[in-house]
Amino acid sequence: MESVLHEILPIVILSLAVSLTAVLISCVLGMPLGVCLALSRMRGRSIIKALAFSGMAMPPVVVGLLLYLLLSRSGWLGEWQWLFTTRAMILAQVILDLPFVIGITLTAVEAVPEELQFQLQSLGATPWQLRWTLLGESRNGLMLAAMTALGRGLSEVGAVLMVGGNIEGHTRVLTTAILLETGRGRFAIAVSLGAILLTLALAINLAFIKLRRQTSR
Amino acid sequence: MTSRPLYHLLDVCFELSPDFALTIDDWQHSAGQTLCLVGPAGAGKTTFLKVLTGLISLQTGSIEFDGHGWSQGVASIDDSRRIALVPQRPLLLSRSVRANVEYGLQLRGFRADDWIKELLHRLGLEKLAAKSAQTLSGGQTQLVAIARALALRPTVLLLDEPTANLDPASVGLVEQVLEEMRQRHRTTLIWATHNMFQARRVADRVALLLAGRIVEISARDDFFHRPVDPRTQDFVNGRMVY
Repeated sequence: MESVLHEILPIVILSLAVSLTAVLISCVLGMPLGVCLALSRMRGRSIIKALAFSGMAMPPVVVGLLLYLLLSRSGWLGEWQWLFTTRAMILAQVILDLPFVIGITLTAVEAVPEELQFQLQSLGATPWQLRWTLLGESRNGLMLAAMTALGRGLSEVGAVLMVGGNIEGHTRVLTTAILLETGRGRFAIAVSLGAILLTLALAINLAFIKLRRQTSR
Repeated sequence: MTSRPLYHLLDVCFELSPDFALTIDDWQHSAGQTLCLVGPAGAGKTTFLKVLTGLISLQTGSIEFDGHGWSQGVASIDDSRRIALVPQRPLLLSRSVRANVEYGLQLRGFRADDWIKELLHRLGLEKLAAKSAQTLSGGQTQLVAIARALALRPTVLLLDEPTANLDPASVGLVEQVLEEMRQRHRTTLIWATHNMFQARRVADRVALLLAGRIVEISARDDFFHRPVDPRTQDFVNGRMVY
């Protein structure tokens, strides 16, 4: 029992570390971009919007393959030596998370009535203060964006397997471990890992619901 | 009352839609005065107020505010922060009533706890201060919108039917608070209203707008008792059919 725990705990911690870091990076990059897209009237805006929404359907295996080619020794980014490291896994998840964060943020900010923007400006809001206030008004949507990205990251297997390599103690996460244990015929462990993954998802969603209630007050 | 021109609009044209444009040939307004804008629905009162906020880009014409010209009708942030608008249908932030009232001051990096407390008290919002603004009735929302604009102690207060959703007692209260504000801070009020009795009570000058144009503008008594334009006579006497 102790040895199983000893084996599983680092996998759980690594899964959370990779996915949370990827979500954090995606939110820092994607939320301001989503707000700017929602408020901007620039040309080509609808093309960027269409790209963001199409990105949500990006197959993880394809992202994994492209990243593999880029990060492999002969690839454009081969000098970084990121292949089969947690950095490559985080990068893969950021690429997969970003369209969700941008798309959901954009939709949430667009849902704020345009008249509110005018009224806030009439109270003296500068463009940056306006963006900041609208982010606050869209907070439920932003939390949803972060949660969706986290859910996608935690359950993702194709891309992290290809660029992480599923190396024990280094790049093995819950999903890749489930795949490995199933292949080995150790179904009990695979099911246990699956249960842990589901429990994590449930705990995160409960925390989200509680946070949403608090911020809605 | 000493009068100096605060606003000067010249040859202003703002096309809201293909079939409606606000056209102001030459209009001036002095500081500290209350102007009531009257006219039927769709006459351009709200559009006129929006142009006066300095937040709307004009197709043609010029606006001068307190001696500063606004490029294409858009005010500098310093000028625009001297003007506050109470909209016809106010939208509040998903925050407490107090936070909504403090919002404009917060944008300017100021705190004024005693002033906010006084305002909430004067407008009967004290007990609602900690309540979420999203749970308020239409009338309460209107009062919060008035409080959040007054909190800024603006040079100009633009009021778009500010008492439309209020009960008679609250209408009296708002008129009284606004009059106090005007006397205390020499605030200029530009007030769109459908209520002729209200215009008679609060205005120094009254303007009639029809189809985006000022038909007549004069001192209150002249407007109601000695109107020059036949359309004003019809409007004042309730004979105008629109």
